[in-house]
Amino acid sequence: MKSTKNVLPSLLVLAAVVGLWWAAVVLTRSVIFPTPWQVVTGTLELARDGTLWEHIGASLMRVGAGFGIAVLFAIPLGLWMGRVRGAFVTLNPLFQILRPISPIAWIPIAILWFGVGNASPIYLIFIASVFPMIVQTTSGVHTIEKRYLRAAENFGVPRNKLFRQVVFPATLPDIIIGMRIGLGVAWLVVVAAEMIALRSGLGYMIIDSRNAGNRYDLVIAGMIIIGLIGLALDGIMRLLESMKNVRWRYVH
Amino acid sequence: MFIKTKIHIQNVRKGFPTDKGQLEVISDLDFKVGDGEFVAIVGPSGCGKTTLMNIIAGFLAPDSGSVLVDGNPRLQPNPKGVLITQQGSVFPWLTVRQNLLFGLPDEMPDREQRALEYADLVGLKGFENNYPHELSGGMLKRCEIARALVVKPEILYMDEPFSALDALMSLRMQNELLRILQTERHTVMLITHDVEEAIHLADRVLVLSPRPTRIQASFDITLPHPRRVSSPEAQALRVAILKELGVSETL
Repeated sequence: MKSTKNVLPSLLVLAAVVGLWWAAVVLTRSVIFPTPWQVVTGTLELARDGTLWEHIGASLMRVGAGFGIAVLFAIPLGLWMGRVRGAFVTLNPLFQILRPISPIAWIPIAILWFGVGNASPIYLIFIASVFPMIVQTTSGVHTIEKRYLRAAENFGVPRNKLFRQVVFPATLPDIIIGMRIGLGVAWLVVVAAEMIALRSGLGYMIIDSRNAGNRYDLVIAGMIIIGLIGLALDGIMRLLESMKNVRWRYVH
Repeated sequence: MFIKTKIHIQNVRKGFPTDKGQLEVISDLDFKVGDGEFVAIVGPSGCGKTTLMNIIAGFLAPDSGSVLVDGNPRLQPNPKGVLITQQGSVFPWLTVRQNLLFGLPDEMPDREQRALEYADLVGLKGFENNYPHELSGGMLKRCEIARALVVKPEILYMDEPFSALDALMSLRMQNELLRILQTERHTVMLITHDVEEAIHLADRVLVLSPRPTRIQASFDITLPHPRRVSSPEAQALRVAILKELGVSETL
Protein backbone atom coordinates (compact mmCIF):
# COMPACT_ATOMS: atom_id res chain seq x y z
CA MET A 1 0.00 0.00 0.00
CA LYS A 2 2.80 2.34 0.90
CA SER A 3 4.50 1.93 -2.46
CA THR A 4 1.35 2.78 -4.42
CA LYS A 5 1.11 5.91 -2.30
CA ASN A 6 4.66 6.86 -3.27
CA VAL A 7 4.19 6.07 -6.94
CA LEU A 8 0.85 7.80 -7.33
CA PRO A 9 2.04 11.46 -7.43
CA SER A 10 4.69 10.74 -10.03
CA LEU A 11 2.18 8.84 -12.19
CA LEU A 12 -0.13 11.83 -11.96
CA VAL A 13 2.66 14.15 -13.13
CA LEU A 14 3.42 11.81 -16.04
CA ALA A 15 -0.26 11.71 -17.00
CA ALA A 16 -0.42 15.51 -16.83
CA VAL A 17 2.64 15.86 -19.11
CA VAL A 18 1.13 13.47 -21.66
CA GLY A 19 -2.19 15.30 -21.43
CA LEU A 20 -0.59 18.71 -21.99
CA TRP A 21 1.42 17.35 -24.89
CA TRP A 22 -1.70 15.91 -26.47
CA ALA A 23 -3.68 19.09 -25.97
CA ALA A 24 -0.86 21.22 -27.38
CA VAL A 25 -0.61 19.12 -30.55
CA VAL A 26 -4.36 19.15 -31.09
CA LEU A 27 -4.79 22.87 -30.37
CA THR A 28 -1.92 23.98 -32.61
CA ARG A 29 -3.04 21.60 -35.37
CA SER A 30 0.56 20.59 -35.88
CA VAL A 31 1.03 18.31 -38.87
CA ILE A 32 4.58 17.32 -38.00
CA PHE A 33 4.60 16.94 -34.21
CA PRO A 34 2.93 13.66 -33.24
CA THR A 35 0.34 13.04 -30.58
CA PRO A 36 1.12 10.51 -27.84
CA TRP A 37 -1.11 8.01 -29.58
CA GLN A 38 0.82 8.32 -32.82
CA VAL A 39 3.99 7.63 -30.87
CA VAL A 40 2.44 4.49 -29.43
CA THR A 41 1.29 3.19 -32.80
CA GLY A 42 4.66 4.05 -34.37
CA THR A 43 6.45 2.13 -31.62
CA LEU A 44 4.17 -0.88 -32.07
CA GLU A 45 4.85 -0.84 -35.78
CA LEU A 46 8.62 -0.93 -35.19
CA ALA A 47 8.23 -3.59 -32.53
CA ARG A 48 6.22 -5.76 -34.87
CA ASP A 49 8.68 -5.68 -37.75
CA GLY A 50 11.56 -6.32 -35.33
CA THR A 51 13.72 -3.27 -36.07
CA LEU A 52 13.06 -1.81 -32.62
CA TRP A 53 14.59 -4.84 -30.92
CA GLU A 54 17.57 -4.74 -33.23
CA HIS A 55 18.24 -1.11 -32.37
CA ILE A 56 17.83 -1.71 -28.65
CA GLY A 57 20.05 -4.78 -28.84
CA ALA A 58 22.76 -2.90 -30.75
CA SER A 59 22.81 -0.04 -28.26
CA LEU A 60 22.85 -2.34 -25.26
CA MET A 61 25.62 -4.44 -26.75
CA ARG A 62 27.81 -1.36 -27.27
CA VAL A 63 27.16 -0.10 -23.77
CA GLY A 64 27.80 -3.55 -22.36
CA ALA A 65 31.14 -3.83 -24.15
CA GLY A 66 32.41 -0.30 -23.50
CA PHE A 67 31.22 -0.21 -19.91
CA GLY A 68 32.46 -3.73 -19.22
CA ILE A 69 35.96 -2.92 -20.43
CA ALA A 70 35.89 0.30 -18.41
CA VAL A 71 34.94 -1.61 -15.24
CA LEU A 72 37.76 -4.11 -15.75
CA PHE A 73 40.18 -1.27 -16.25
CA ALA A 74 38.97 1.29 -13.70
CA ILE A 75 38.49 -0.84 -10.60
CA PRO A 76 41.98 -2.37 -10.39
CA LEU A 77 43.53 0.95 -11.38
CA GLY A 78 41.44 2.89 -8.86
CA LEU A 79 42.31 0.46 -6.08
CA TRP A 80 45.98 0.65 -6.97
CA MET A 81 45.94 4.44 -7.05
CA GLY A 82 44.12 4.47 -3.73
CA ARG A 83 46.69 2.26 -2.03
CA VAL A 84 49.93 3.39 -3.65
CA ARG A 85 50.64 7.05 -3.12
CA GLY A 86 53.17 7.23 -5.96
CA ALA A 87 50.62 5.91 -8.44
CA PHE A 88 48.07 8.45 -7.28
CA VAL A 89 50.45 11.40 -7.48
CA THR A 90 51.62 10.36 -10.93
CA LEU A 91 48.34 9.48 -12.61
CA ASN A 92 45.72 11.62 -10.91
CA PRO A 93 46.64 14.90 -12.69
CA LEU A 94 46.36 13.20 -16.08
CA PHE A 95 42.92 11.81 -15.26
CA GLN A 96 41.77 15.12 -13.85
CA ILE A 97 42.61 16.74 -17.20
CA LEU A 98 41.00 14.01 -19.30
CA ARG A 99 37.88 13.72 -17.16
CA PRO A 100 36.18 17.04 -18.00
CA ILE A 101 36.56 16.52 -21.75
CA SER A 102 33.12 15.63 -23.05
CA PRO A 103 33.06 12.23 -24.74
CA ILE A 104 31.39 13.95 -27.69
CA ALA A 105 34.62 15.85 -28.29
CA TRP A 106 36.33 12.48 -28.79
CA ILE A 107 34.07 11.51 -31.69
CA PRO A 108 36.35 12.75 -34.50
CA ILE A 109 39.33 11.01 -32.99
CA ALA A 110 37.34 7.86 -32.39
CA ILE A 111 36.35 7.79 -36.05
CA LEU A 112 39.94 8.45 -37.08
CA TRP A 113 41.25 5.61 -34.95
CA PHE A 114 38.47 3.08 -35.09
CA GLY A 115 36.48 3.93 -38.19
CA VAL A 116 32.71 3.91 -38.28
CA GLY A 117 32.08 0.38 -36.98
CA ASN A 118 31.24 -0.77 -33.49
CA ALA A 119 34.68 0.00 -32.12
CA SER A 120 34.16 3.77 -32.17
CA PRO A 121 31.11 3.95 -29.91
CA ILE A 122 32.58 1.27 -27.66
CA TYR A 123 35.69 3.37 -27.30
CA LEU A 124 33.62 6.50 -26.60
CA ILE A 125 31.64 4.67 -23.94
CA PHE A 126 34.84 3.42 -22.40
CA ILE A 127 36.27 6.96 -22.29
CA ALA A 128 33.06 8.33 -20.82
CA SER A 129 32.60 5.81 -18.06
CA VAL A 130 36.17 4.97 -17.05
CA PHE A 131 37.11 8.24 -15.34
CA PRO A 132 34.21 8.56 -12.92
CA MET A 133 34.82 4.95 -11.86
CA ILE A 134 38.56 5.47 -11.35
CA VAL A 135 37.99 8.63 -9.34
CA GLN A 136 35.26 7.12 -7.20
CA THR A 137 37.20 3.94 -6.49
CA THR A 138 40.34 5.85 -5.56
CA SER A 139 38.47 8.16 -3.24
CA GLY A 140 36.75 5.12 -1.74
CA VAL A 141 40.12 3.67 -0.79
CA HIS A 142 41.29 7.01 0.56
CA THR A 143 38.29 7.35 2.82
CA ILE A 144 38.58 3.95 4.51
CA GLU A 145 38.49 4.80 8.17
CA LYS A 146 41.85 4.52 9.84
CA ARG A 147 40.51 2.47 12.73
CA TYR A 148 39.77 -0.41 10.36
CA LEU A 149 43.21 -0.33 8.77
CA ARG A 150 44.72 -0.23 12.23
CA ALA A 151 42.72 -3.22 13.37
CA ALA A 152 43.90 -5.10 10.30
CA GLU A 153 47.46 -4.07 11.03
CA ASN A 154 47.05 -5.22 14.61
CA PHE A 155 46.12 -8.75 13.54
CA GLY A 156 49.10 -8.86 11.22
CA VAL A 157 47.27 -10.49 8.33
CA PRO A 158 49.01 -11.12 4.98
CA ARG A 159 48.64 -8.54 2.25
CA ASN A 160 46.25 -10.48 0.07
CA LYS A 161 43.93 -11.06 3.02
CA LEU A 162 44.11 -7.37 3.93
CA PHE A 163 43.06 -6.64 0.40
CA ARG A 164 40.31 -9.24 0.14
CA GLN A 165 38.76 -8.67 3.54
CA VAL A 166 39.41 -5.01 4.26
CA VAL A 167 40.42 -2.76 1.37
CA PHE A 168 38.15 -4.19 -1.31
CA PRO A 169 34.97 -4.66 0.74
CA ALA A 170 35.46 -1.28 2.41
CA THR A 171 35.68 0.34 -1.02
CA LEU A 172 32.87 -1.70 -2.61
CA PRO A 173 30.09 0.83 -1.86
CA ASP A 174 32.12 3.53 -3.62
CA ILE A 175 32.86 1.19 -6.51
CA ILE A 176 29.14 0.65 -6.92
CA ILE A 177 28.48 4.39 -6.85
CA GLY A 178 31.17 4.81 -9.51
CA MET A 179 29.56 2.08 -11.59
CA ARG A 180 26.17 3.76 -11.35
CA ILE A 181 27.63 7.04 -12.55
CA GLY A 182 29.68 5.27 -15.22
CA LEU A 183 26.75 3.33 -16.62
CA GLY A 184 24.64 6.49 -16.63
CA VAL A 185 27.15 8.39 -18.76
CA ALA A 186 27.71 5.34 -20.94
CA TRP A 187 24.06 5.28 -21.84
CA LEU A 188 24.08 9.03 -22.52
CA VAL A 189 27.05 8.64 -24.82
CA VAL A 190 25.95 5.63 -26.84
CA VAL A 191 23.03 7.53 -28.28
CA ALA A 192 25.18 10.50 -29.24
CA ALA A 193 27.78 8.23 -30.81
CA GLU A 194 25.22 6.30 -32.82
CA MET A 195 23.73 9.49 -34.20
CA ILE A 196 26.93 10.17 -36.03
CA ALA A 197 28.50 7.10 -37.44
CA LEU A 198 26.35 4.02 -37.39
CA ARG A 199 23.55 2.18 -39.08
CA SER A 200 22.01 0.64 -35.99
CA GLY A 201 21.16 1.52 -32.43
CA LEU A 202 18.63 3.83 -30.82
CA GLY A 203 20.65 6.94 -31.67
CA TYR A 204 20.73 5.92 -35.31
CA MET A 205 17.02 5.16 -35.18
CA ILE A 206 16.25 8.70 -34.02
CA ILE A 207 18.36 10.42 -36.67
CA ASP A 208 17.21 8.04 -39.38
CA SER A 209 13.54 8.55 -38.54
CA ARG A 210 13.92 12.28 -38.96
CA ASN A 211 15.93 12.04 -42.16
CA ALA A 212 13.68 9.45 -43.71
CA GLY A 213 10.48 11.42 -43.99
CA ASN A 214 10.19 13.38 -40.76
CA ARG A 215 8.88 10.47 -38.71
CA TYR A 216 8.79 12.46 -35.48
CA ASP A 217 6.59 9.84 -33.87
CA LEU A 218 9.58 7.48 -34.06
CA VAL A 219 11.99 10.19 -32.89
CA ILE A 220 9.97 10.62 -29.73
CA ALA A 221 9.46 6.88 -29.39
CA GLY A 222 13.24 6.49 -29.48
CA MET A 223 13.69 9.16 -26.84
CA ILE A 224 11.16 7.59 -24.51
CA ILE A 225 12.67 4.13 -24.94
CA ILE A 226 16.11 5.55 -24.16
CA GLY A 227 14.71 7.08 -20.99
CA LEU A 228 13.01 3.88 -19.90
CA ILE A 229 16.07 1.71 -20.54
CA GLY A 230 18.25 4.24 -18.67
CA LEU A 231 15.87 3.97 -15.74
CA ALA A 232 16.05 0.18 -15.86
CA LEU A 233 19.86 0.18 -16.00
CA ASP A 234 20.03 2.44 -12.97
CA GLY A 235 17.56 0.16 -11.22
CA ILE A 236 19.88 -2.79 -11.81
CA MET A 237 22.81 -0.83 -10.36
CA ARG A 238 20.71 0.06 -7.36
CA LEU A 239 20.06 -3.61 -6.75
CA LEU A 240 23.80 -3.90 -6.15
CA GLU A 241 23.46 -1.36 -3.36
CA SER A 242 21.11 -3.65 -1.52
CA MET A 243 23.67 -6.48 -1.32
CA LYS A 244 24.15 -7.45 2.31
CA ASN A 245 27.85 -6.70 2.50
CA VAL A 246 27.45 -3.11 1.35
CA ARG A 247 24.32 -2.29 3.33
CA TRP A 248 26.42 -0.92 6.19
CA ARG A 249 27.18 2.21 4.18
CA TYR A 250 23.54 3.09 3.77
CA VAL A 251 22.13 2.34 7.21
CA HIS A 252 22.45 4.98 9.93
CA MET B 1 54.88 -12.10 45.49
CA PHE B 2 57.20 -11.76 42.53
CA ILE B 3 55.57 -11.30 39.15
CA LYS B 4 57.41 -11.43 35.87
CA THR B 5 57.44 -8.12 34.01
CA LYS B 6 55.32 -8.27 30.84
CA ILE B 7 55.51 -4.72 29.58
CA HIS B 8 58.16 -2.19 30.42
CA ILE B 9 57.51 1.38 29.34
CA GLN B 10 61.01 2.72 29.44
CA ASN B 11 61.66 6.48 29.61
CA VAL B 12 59.11 7.19 26.90
CA ARG B 13 58.90 10.71 25.58
CA LYS B 14 56.57 12.01 22.90
CA GLY B 15 55.78 15.43 21.52
CA PHE B 16 54.00 16.80 18.50
CA PRO B 17 55.03 19.77 16.37
CA THR B 18 52.52 22.62 16.45
CA ASP B 19 52.44 26.17 15.12
CA LYS B 20 53.85 27.38 18.40
CA GLY B 21 56.66 24.85 18.45
CA GLN B 22 56.99 21.42 19.94
CA LEU B 23 54.15 20.36 22.23
CA GLU B 24 55.46 17.99 24.83
CA VAL B 25 52.75 15.38 25.50
CA ILE B 26 54.53 12.64 27.39
CA SER B 27 57.61 13.40 29.37
CA ASP B 28 59.82 10.61 30.55
CA LEU B 29 57.27 8.01 31.49
CA ASP B 30 58.61 4.86 33.05
CA PHE B 31 56.61 1.99 34.53
CA LYS B 32 56.21 -1.75 34.39
CA VAL B 33 53.21 -4.01 34.03
CA GLY B 34 53.43 -7.51 35.45
CA ASP B 35 52.44 -10.68 33.62
CA GLY B 36 48.71 -11.18 34.08
CA GLU B 37 48.30 -7.86 35.79
CA PHE B 38 45.38 -5.55 35.12
CA VAL B 39 46.56 -1.96 35.13
CA ALA B 40 44.17 0.94 34.70
CA ILE B 41 45.39 4.38 33.71
CA VAL B 42 43.30 7.40 34.58
CA GLY B 43 44.11 11.00 33.86
CA PRO B 44 42.60 14.35 33.00
CA SER B 45 41.32 14.67 29.44
CA GLY B 46 43.91 15.81 26.96
CA CYS B 47 46.78 14.45 29.02
CA GLY B 48 47.93 12.13 26.28
CA LYS B 49 46.34 8.86 27.41
CA THR B 50 45.46 7.78 23.91
CA THR B 51 48.87 8.80 22.60
CA LEU B 52 50.41 6.68 25.32
CA MET B 53 48.23 3.72 24.43
CA ASN B 54 49.11 4.03 20.76
CA ILE B 55 52.79 3.99 21.66
CA ILE B 56 52.43 0.99 23.93
CA ALA B 57 50.38 -0.93 21.38
CA GLY B 58 52.96 -0.16 18.70
CA PHE B 59 50.99 2.16 16.43
CA LEU B 60 53.11 5.19 17.22
CA ALA B 61 56.84 5.46 17.77
CA PRO B 62 58.05 7.37 20.83
CA ASP B 63 60.51 10.25 20.30
CA SER B 64 62.81 8.59 22.75
CA GLY B 65 62.66 5.64 25.09
CA SER B 66 61.15 2.30 24.23
CA VAL B 67 58.45 -0.18 25.03
CA LEU B 68 59.67 -3.64 25.96
CA VAL B 69 57.32 -6.60 25.78
CA ASP B 70 58.80 -9.71 27.37
CA GLY B 71 62.09 -7.85 27.37
CA ASN B 72 62.11 -7.26 23.61
CA PRO B 73 61.54 -3.83 22.12
CA ARG B 74 58.15 -3.53 20.47
CA LEU B 75 58.36 -1.70 17.20
CA GLN B 76 55.12 -2.60 15.46
CA PRO B 77 51.67 -3.79 16.42
CA ASN B 78 51.19 -7.55 16.39
CA PRO B 79 48.50 -10.00 17.45
CA LYS B 80 50.28 -10.70 20.72
CA GLY B 81 48.60 -7.57 22.00
CA VAL B 82 45.26 -6.42 20.64
CA LEU B 83 43.92 -2.89 20.92
CA ILE B 84 40.26 -2.24 21.62
CA THR B 85 39.11 1.35 21.34
CA GLN B 86 36.09 3.42 22.20
CA GLN B 87 34.99 3.80 18.58
CA GLY B 88 35.39 0.11 17.92
CA SER B 89 36.76 -1.40 14.76
CA VAL B 90 34.57 -4.40 14.01
CA PHE B 91 34.50 -4.54 10.22
CA PRO B 92 30.97 -3.57 9.16
CA TRP B 93 31.27 -5.41 5.84
CA LEU B 94 31.93 -8.78 7.49
CA THR B 95 29.53 -10.88 9.51
CA VAL B 96 30.23 -11.61 13.17
CA ARG B 97 31.66 -14.97 12.20
CA GLN B 98 33.86 -13.50 9.46
CA ASN B 99 35.09 -10.85 11.89
CA LEU B 100 36.10 -13.50 14.39
CA LEU B 101 37.85 -15.49 11.68
CA PHE B 102 39.73 -12.44 10.46
CA GLY B 103 42.71 -12.69 12.79
CA LEU B 104 43.04 -16.48 12.46
CA PRO B 105 45.35 -17.77 9.71
CA ASP B 106 43.51 -19.40 6.82
CA GLU B 107 45.46 -22.61 7.20
CA MET B 108 44.52 -23.08 10.87
CA PRO B 109 42.52 -26.34 10.95
CA ASP B 110 40.08 -25.57 13.78
CA ARG B 111 39.52 -21.88 13.04
CA GLU B 112 35.78 -22.18 12.38
CA GLN B 113 35.37 -24.14 15.57
CA ARG B 114 37.31 -21.55 17.52
CA ALA B 115 35.35 -18.63 16.12
CA LEU B 116 32.08 -20.26 17.17
CA GLU B 117 33.48 -21.00 20.59
CA TYR B 118 34.39 -17.35 21.19
CA ALA B 119 31.12 -16.08 19.78
CA ASP B 120 29.50 -18.29 22.39
CA LEU B 121 31.86 -17.09 25.12
CA VAL B 122 30.76 -13.48 24.70
CA GLY B 123 27.08 -14.39 24.30
CA LEU B 124 26.77 -13.93 20.55
CA LYS B 125 25.60 -17.44 19.85
CA GLY B 126 22.93 -17.31 17.17
CA PHE B 127 24.24 -14.01 15.79
CA GLU B 128 27.27 -15.42 13.95
CA ASN B 129 25.83 -14.63 10.54
CA ASN B 130 24.57 -11.17 11.39
CA TYR B 131 26.24 -8.03 10.14
CA PRO B 132 27.45 -5.48 12.70
CA HIS B 133 24.81 -2.92 11.77
CA GLU B 134 22.21 -5.45 12.83
CA LEU B 135 23.66 -5.60 16.36
CA SER B 136 23.20 -3.32 19.37
CA GLY B 137 26.08 -1.28 20.77
CA GLY B 138 26.72 -3.78 23.54
CA MET B 139 26.72 -6.74 21.16
CA LEU B 140 29.13 -4.91 18.88
CA LYS B 141 31.50 -4.48 21.80
CA ARG B 142 31.20 -8.17 22.63
CA CYS B 143 32.04 -8.97 19.03
CA GLU B 144 35.13 -6.78 19.21
CA ILE B 145 36.26 -8.42 22.45
CA ALA B 146 35.69 -11.86 20.98
CA ARG B 147 37.63 -10.96 17.85
CA ALA B 148 40.52 -9.88 20.06
CA LEU B 149 40.40 -12.92 22.32
CA VAL B 150 40.05 -15.52 19.59
CA VAL B 151 43.65 -14.96 18.47
CA LYS B 152 44.70 -15.74 22.06
CA PRO B 153 46.63 -12.54 22.67
CA GLU B 154 48.81 -12.20 25.71
CA ILE B 155 47.89 -8.56 26.21
CA LEU B 156 44.69 -6.58 25.81
CA TYR B 157 45.04 -2.85 25.30
CA MET B 158 41.77 -1.16 26.04
CA ASP B 159 41.33 2.53 25.32
CA GLU B 160 38.06 3.71 26.86
CA PRO B 161 36.45 0.51 25.60
CA PHE B 162 33.05 0.98 27.18
CA SER B 163 32.74 4.78 27.14
CA ALA B 164 30.40 4.86 24.18
CA LEU B 165 27.92 2.56 25.95
CA ASP B 166 25.25 3.68 28.37
CA ALA B 167 26.02 3.35 32.09
CA LEU B 168 24.10 0.11 32.56
CA MET B 169 25.61 -1.59 29.52
CA SER B 170 29.06 -0.36 30.51
CA LEU B 171 28.67 -2.02 33.91
CA ARG B 172 27.43 -5.25 32.33
CA MET B 173 30.39 -5.29 29.97
CA GLN B 174 32.76 -4.76 32.88
CA ASN B 175 31.33 -7.79 34.65
CA GLU B 176 31.50 -9.73 31.41
CA LEU B 177 35.15 -8.82 31.00
CA LEU B 178 35.94 -9.96 34.54
CA ARG B 179 34.15 -13.23 33.92
CA ILE B 180 36.18 -13.84 30.77
CA LEU B 181 39.43 -12.86 32.45
CA GLN B 182 38.79 -15.51 35.08
CA THR B 183 38.83 -18.23 32.45
CA GLU B 184 41.67 -16.76 30.39
CA ARG B 185 44.29 -14.77 32.18
CA HIS B 186 45.53 -11.88 30.08
CA THR B 187 47.67 -8.90 30.88
CA VAL B 188 45.38 -5.91 30.51
CA MET B 189 46.07 -2.22 30.16
CA LEU B 190 42.95 -0.13 30.43
CA ILE B 191 42.70 3.57 29.80
CA THR B 192 39.63 5.16 31.26
CA HIS B 193 38.27 8.41 32.60
CA ASP B 194 35.84 6.47 34.75
CA VAL B 195 37.43 6.07 38.18
CA GLU B 196 34.79 3.58 39.33
CA GLU B 197 35.44 1.41 36.30
CA ALA B 198 39.15 1.44 37.14
CA ILE B 199 38.49 0.44 40.75
CA HIS B 200 36.02 -2.21 39.69
CA LEU B 201 38.41 -3.92 37.30
CA ALA B 202 42.06 -3.19 37.97
CA ASP B 203 44.81 -4.57 40.18
CA ARG B 204 46.56 -1.24 40.05
CA VAL B 205 45.49 2.26 39.07
CA LEU B 206 47.98 4.77 37.73
CA VAL B 207 47.00 8.43 37.82
CA LEU B 208 48.56 10.57 35.11
CA SER B 209 49.27 14.26 35.50
CA PRO B 210 48.21 16.94 33.02
CA ARG B 211 50.44 17.50 29.98
CA PRO B 212 53.35 16.87 29.70
CA THR B 213 52.19 13.75 31.37
CA ARG B 214 53.96 11.66 33.96
CA ILE B 215 52.79 9.28 36.66
CA GLN B 216 51.42 11.28 39.51
CA ALA B 217 50.21 8.51 41.77
CA SER B 218 49.77 4.77 41.89
CA PHE B 219 47.13 2.82 43.83
CA ASP B 220 47.21 -0.92 44.42
CA ILE B 221 43.74 -2.37 44.62
CA THR B 222 43.69 -5.53 46.66
CA LEU B 223 39.94 -5.85 47.16
CA PRO B 224 38.76 -9.35 46.25
CA HIS B 225 36.45 -9.91 43.27
CA PRO B 226 33.53 -9.53 42.87
CA ARG B 227 34.00 -5.97 44.02
CA ARG B 228 31.32 -3.65 45.15
CA VAL B 229 32.12 -0.11 44.14
CA SER B 230 29.79 1.12 46.87
CA SER B 231 31.81 -0.56 49.63
CA PRO B 232 33.59 1.84 52.03
CA GLU B 233 37.07 0.70 50.94
CA ALA B 234 36.28 1.26 47.27
CA GLN B 235 34.75 4.61 48.04
CA ALA B 236 37.83 5.65 49.99
CA LEU B 237 39.98 4.73 47.00
CA ARG B 238 37.68 6.64 44.71
CA VAL B 239 37.94 9.79 46.80
CA ALA B 240 41.72 9.44 46.94
CA ILE B 241 42.04 8.96 43.17
CA LEU B 242 39.68 11.82 42.41
CA LYS B 243 41.69 14.01 44.75
CA GLU B 244 44.78 13.23 42.71
CA LEU B 245 42.85 14.28 39.63
CA GLY B 246 42.03 17.59 41.29
CA VAL B 247 38.39 16.82 41.99
CA SER B 248 37.45 17.17 45.61
CA GLU B 249 34.21 15.50 46.47
CA THR B 250 31.76 17.09 48.83
CA LEU B 251 28.97 14.74 49.71
